[in-house]
Parts: sequence; structure tokens; C-alpha cells
Amino acid sequence: MSTRHRLLSLLVENHPGVLNKVSSMIRRRGMNITSLTVGETDDDSVSRMTIAIDVGRAQADQAVKQLYKLIEVVKISDITEDPIVDRELVLVKVAASRGDRSELLQIVEIFKAKIADVGTESMVLEMSGSEDQVETFLELVRPFGIREVARSGTVAMARGRDGLRLSSKHQGRGAGQQPDLEAADQKRRAAGVLVGD
Amino acid sequence: MTVQVTSTTALNGATPVVINEGDVVTGAEILLECLRREKVDTIFGYPGGANLWIYRHLPKFPDLHHILVRHEQGATHMADGYARAKRGTAGVVFATSGPGALNCVTGIATAQYDSTPLVVITGQVATVAVGTDAFQESDVIGVTMSIVKHSYLVQDIDSLPRIVREAFHIATTGRPGVVVIDLPKDIQNQKHAFHWPAEPVRLRSYNPTTKGNPLQIRRAAQLIDEAKRPCLLAGRGVLISQAEDELLELSRRASIPVGWTLLGTGTYPVGDELSLHMVGFMGAGYTNKSVLGCDLLIMVGMRADDRVTTKIDSFAPQVENIIHIDIDPAEIGKNVRPTLPIVGDARHVLGEIAKLVQPKRLDSWITQIDRWKEEHPIRYRTKTGVLQPQDVLKEMYRLCDSEAIVVADVGQNQIWGALWWDYRTSGLYLNSGGAGTMGFAFPASLGVKRARPEKTVWCVAGEGGFVMTMQELATAVHENLDVKIVILNNYCLGMVRQFQDDYYEGVRSAIDLHGAPDFLKLADAYGIPAWRTDRVDEVAGVLRSMQEHPGPCLAEFIIDPEANVRPIVPLGSGLPDFVEEIMEEGM
Ligand SMILES: Cc1ncc(C[n+]2csc(CCOP(=O)(O)OP(=O)(O)O)c2C)c(N)n1
Repeated sequence: MSTRHRLLSLLVENHPGVLNKVSSMIRRRGMNITSLTVGETDDDSVSRMTIAIDVGRAQADQAVKQLYKLIEVVKISDITEDPIVDRELVLVKVAASRGDRSELLQIVEIFKAKIADVGTESMVLEMSGSEDQVETFLELVRPFGIREVARSGTVAMARGRDGLRLSSKHQGRGAGQQPDLEAADQKRRAAGVLVGD
Repeated sequence: MTVQVTSTTALNGATPVVINEGDVVTGAEILLECLRREKVDTIFGYPGGANLWIYRHLPKFPDLHHILVRHEQGATHMADGYARAKRGTAGVVFATSGPGALNCVTGIATAQYDSTPLVVITGQVATVAVGTDAFQESDVIGVTMSIVKHSYLVQDIDSLPRIVREAFHIATTGRPGVVVIDLPKDIQNQKHAFHWPAEPVRLRSYNPTTKGNPLQIRRAAQLIDEAKRPCLLAGRGVLISQAEDELLELSRRASIPVGWTLLGTGTYPVGDELSLHMVGFMGAGYTNKSVLGCDLLIMVGMRADDRVTTKIDSFAPQVENIIHIDIDPAEIGKNVRPTLPIVGDARHVLGEIAKLVQPKRLDSWITQIDRWKEEHPIRYRTKTGVLQPQDVLKEMYRLCDSEAIVVADVGQNQIWGALWWDYRTSGLYLNSGGAGTMGFAFPASLGVKRARPEKTVWCVAGEGGFVMTMQELATAVHENLDVKIVILNNYCLGMVRQFQDDYYEGVRSAIDLHGAPDFLKLADAYGIPAWRTDRVDEVAGVLRSMQEHPGPCLAEFIIDPEANVRPIVPLGSGLPDFVEEIMEEGM
């Protein structure tokens, strides 16, 4: 991933309009979103977003702090420098008549891609991998003639035990819970801002 | 012919009600009961098609005094003034959908920029009509998204009490701000059992840090102990958290001179040995000198925006250590990178630091500051026979005697008001610092008077800003809100004229305000007394008459149209480059 690229992972309340608030906040602070994915999690009150923004570290810190101010953002983590698994899915329709398919199939093989659809004039390939792998894959199939590309944007999570989860105290909404801000606090400390006890 | 419109309160359906747990009532009544339970005593509002069910039931709630404004922008500024004066209580606004809600936008931004708690309740078209471009539909949530702390579209009546509770909680805690509740018309008239969620509001995604980190606090005390030339700047956060006593205690104990931002005016007693004055773009020269010459800068409850820092790299570049204390972590490091950041409530953090610092007196630093005070005093040029704005303000402050609340508008009047501020008491100078909204002062001062009826309230404005919201004269008269309006009339948009003269190649363009109404006749039209003078020797008499008059009144002071705000850091320059008043003429 390029150096001017930061990857943020967010847990947000699964409410209508939250996506809009999150993306507007980033836009308003003059930052450019290069990829954004959102989906429900195992807890249906919470959605998870993965956002790639085209900024340096200091600006990303500011984005994290501003996003925390949105009442419906529960947790954020800047995972750019963390050990993570990141994946993007791409569908690419390639012009491929019978003659030159074998070379294309080799590329499919190497990238562990799949053939999602075959027609007489074209094929739809399906491939998933890190953003870099997706880029390389697209480069290699380009000479065959790309008709159409659809990319999902990146989803990511930390390797190992660490991760972005709500603790048991986060379950449900409304009365009685205290947010577990431990992980968030650590992030903010790392970002150079200390939080109270 | 006079037409008498009968008050509805005596009519049927206006008998005061008591709503108990489980009573089946309409959404409007649920809303009003929730407001009562949130201890709201005043609502600033304006009716229309999408909130008429609320107004239908309002007369049954006599504890909720409704002030009918003459423009919804006025309602938001009044609620803002009310909230600033009450300190800690949210101001409440009602407006209808579409144009009503959109008229609130400027006032919402004004309050939000200055961290003032408001709960703005807008009517919305019926649930089924939302999204159809129905008559008077506007996407209030969308329009206000970037200028509120939070907003709610009520989608089912069940959630209404919880939303109201959360709205007040969110508006008034942490860094205060504006919460909008958009309430569709059908839900206002839907019947439902009333249930009050009595338990305290806890939101898993909202938990502001109020207590400063003890380690950081200890480190701050240490830096203060080591500092030979400390300097503290106080922002509005100090007033919001009511940290003035802690500030004074810390400053005196550790011999720290204190200056303030425009919004921090009134955080520290002026004239105190350790008091500086306003900082920044139009701040006092000696404050700017102190910021540039200190070895430890402590910024408390402030954002360090460009009106404070001027050119960012000119702001305290030599200072060894900067401590930044704020309840909003996003403000720390945004503009100025501190060596020691502390997230927390100013009162708690300053109080804790004050307990830890070693008492000391920094004589040579104070002597240095006294020298700067002599070399760079706040001063103005008198001209024989021409009334200067400062003549008026100095006299007004003398009369105020550190007691009255002063609400300033935007422009030169605002800065003169801040520069000549001389109070020993705290929290009594209010203005729109973040948004700089012309037309703020007059409606805001009405809200202030409603919040603090025991206080004398002065509104200081230029004639440009005053006419932007002067329709609220009717509200002042109707509600008998005793506000003393001081108009500093220079027949032009003074601040703009000054900028054009100095920074836009001297071309005066679109600043001429001749044709402003005859303010005496205007006052007469509303039946309030008014005075006008352009003579220095009449100022005291006019101000005294205003002070003695029980009720709203107005005075127009015709001032020198060439009077400028000084000192000032020329646009594009840095803090050391402030330009001071040249004194030769008339001296
Ligand atoms: C709503 C709004 N429009 C425009 C401005 C830009 N502006 C800032 S100061 C100023 C001039 C104000 O003139 P006046 O109210 O007469 O006050 P003075 O500066 O003369 O004291 C203007 C136009 C503003 N701050 N707010």
C-alpha cells in the first residue's frame, strides 16, 4: 500500500445515515476516501467499516479524532502499520476469444482467481487478494482487453489475537453500559494524545 | 382601529395537564412532558404547518414559557444567549419544517462553533411524505450534518423520550454543542403510552473524558515548576467548565500571567498583576509579546484557530514547552502541536495542577511583562470633536462596574468591546467568536436577559449587524426583555472598510450604510425610548438614562467613521508583526 494511504477500521452503530456522517466528516476535513467498505458484523447492532484515505499519518490521526466525535462511532483503529489481513475482491470482464485463453488461464491459476462466467467473446474473472495483488492481477490481464472492472474495496482485520471488537460491556444500547475505551485510548496515546483515567 | 387577538390560554383545551407514566397521550404531549422533565423553562420558537400539533398542546404546559420570535434565526441566537448566560443548561428552539428549519441554520452553526448547548426541535413532514419533496420538506438532518454535535430523525414514537433524554445529555456534556431533533408531524399526533426513561443516559459510543490523566497532570506541574517565563491563555472552555477559580488559583500560586482568546474574554480579572489581555490577530501587543517571549505556554479550553495564531509558524515558535488542555481530543494538536497534551475538563485539570505546583514568584518575568504593558498599551486616538467608539465603551464599562452582562455583535464593535473590557468578575462578555455571525448580539442578548433577569444586559452592535436581526425588537417589547442596545454607528461596515483600506488596495467597495433607518424613529415605532448623540460630553448622560430606564431601550452613537481596530496583525503576517495605533493626531 502506498505511503500516503491510511487504513482505518471502524465499528459503528448500525443506524441509517451513519455511513453518510462518516464519509461527510472525512470529506469536510478535506481528505479523500480511496476505498470504503461497510457491512454488518456478528452483532447486528454494529456495522464495520474499512476506510482507506489518501493522507499522511498526522492527518489520519486528526481523522480518527474527528470521527470519534460522531456519537455513533463506537471504535476506530488506524491499522495501517499493524499486522493485518486485507482483502479486496475484483470482478473483471476480459475480452477473450478461444484462441488466447490458455495464457489467461495461467494467470488465473497463479493468482488463484476463478472463472465466474464464460461467454463466447469474454470471460468474467473473480479474484481476491490484497490491494497490491489486485493491482498486479489487473495489470497482467490488461493486455487481453479489459471490458469492465468492479472492485469491492478493501476489508481488513488484525492478525492474531488483537482486533477490533466490542467487549461484553458494549452489548446492547442505552442503559447500564460503560464503553470499554481501553483499546481506543491506546491508539490515542500512540497518536500522541493522552486521555484521562 | 385596533384589532384584539384573543389569547388562547383561556380557551378550551388549554387546562394545565399532568402526564403520568403509562398515560396514553400524543407524541406532541410526550415531547412537551419530556421537556418539562428536562427542566426546560423557556422555548424560543415559531410555529408552522409541521409543528402545529406541538403548538396545539403547548398551552397545557405553563411551565414551558414560549417566546414567539420574529424570525427563526432569532430563536436560535436567543436560545444560544440563554444557554451561554445560564452556563450548563441547553437552550431550546422550536421551528417548523422547510423554511423554518432552514432559517435556523446560521444560528445552529453559531452555537456549535462556540460550543453552546442547544436542542433544536424541528417539525418534519409526515413520515410517509419524507423523501417525496413534499410541501415544506427539507432534509434538515442532511443540511445541518456538519454543524451539529448530533441529530435525530424520530422514526417511531416509542423512541421519542429516549431521544429527548439523549439529546439533552449530548448537548450539555463533554464539549457542549447543538443537537437537532427532527420530528415528523404524524408522530406528533400519534397516541402512545408515556414512558420516561428515568435511568441516567449511557451511550456506549459516547463517553467524554473529563478527568485529566494524573501522570500528565503531574508532568504539567513539573513543567510549570521548572518554567521561568510561563504564560497561560484561556479560552471559552474555561468559562464552560466554570474553571475561573482554579485558573486564578494556579496563576497566583505559580506566578503565571494569563491572557485570553476573544471567547475567553472574562475568564480572568482585568487589572490583576498577572492579567494580560486578549491575544492574537487583534489582541493586545503585550499579550502577544508574552506569548512570543515565554518559555512555557499553557493553552486551556481553546482551539488555537487562525485568529489566535495568525500565521501558524509565527505562533510561539521559540517556546520550549506547550501544554494544551482541552476536553476535545480533536482540538489538541490540530493546529499547534503541544509537548504535553491533556484531555479533560478544564476545571478538573487546572484544579489538580494547582494543587501540585510549588508556590513561587517570578519577579523578573513580571517586571518584563510590566515593561511590555507600558510599551504596548491598548490605546486609541482621540480627535477633537469626533466621538470615538472607545469613549462610549469605556464609559459603558465604568457604569457596568463589572456587573452587567455585555453581548457584542461582530465587527469592529466586537473587538473594541473585548479590548476595552475591564471586568474583575468572570463570564459576562458574550459574542459570536467562532462563526462571527453578524446579527447575533441583539437576539442573543434577549435570551441572556430571559436567563438572567436580575442582571443588566447591554447589547453592543454596529448598525450593520443590528439591522440584520432588528425585527426582534418586537420580541423584546412583547416579552418586555429589558436590554440596552448600544449602536455604534459609523455609517459603514466598519471592519470591512478597515480591511479594504489596509489589505485590499484601499478600494472601498460595498460598505456604505447610509440609508440605515433613523434609529430614533425605529425605536419610536416599537414604543421604546431612544437617544442619539455624537458628542463625548453627552455619552455618560445617555448611558445613565439607559441604565435607569426599566425596559428595552436604544441609543445610537454616531462615531468616527475612520476609527480602526488597533493593534492588528496585518493579514498574512505573523504574531510579532502587530501594528499599533499611531498617536500623534489630537494628542
Ligand atoms: C452574517 C455576516 N455577513 C458578513 C460578515 C462579514 N463581516 C464581518 S464584520 C462586517 C462589518 C460589520 O459592520 P457593522 O455591523 O456596522 O459593525 P462595525 O464593524 O462597523 O463595528 C462584515 C460585513 C459577517 N461577519 N457576518
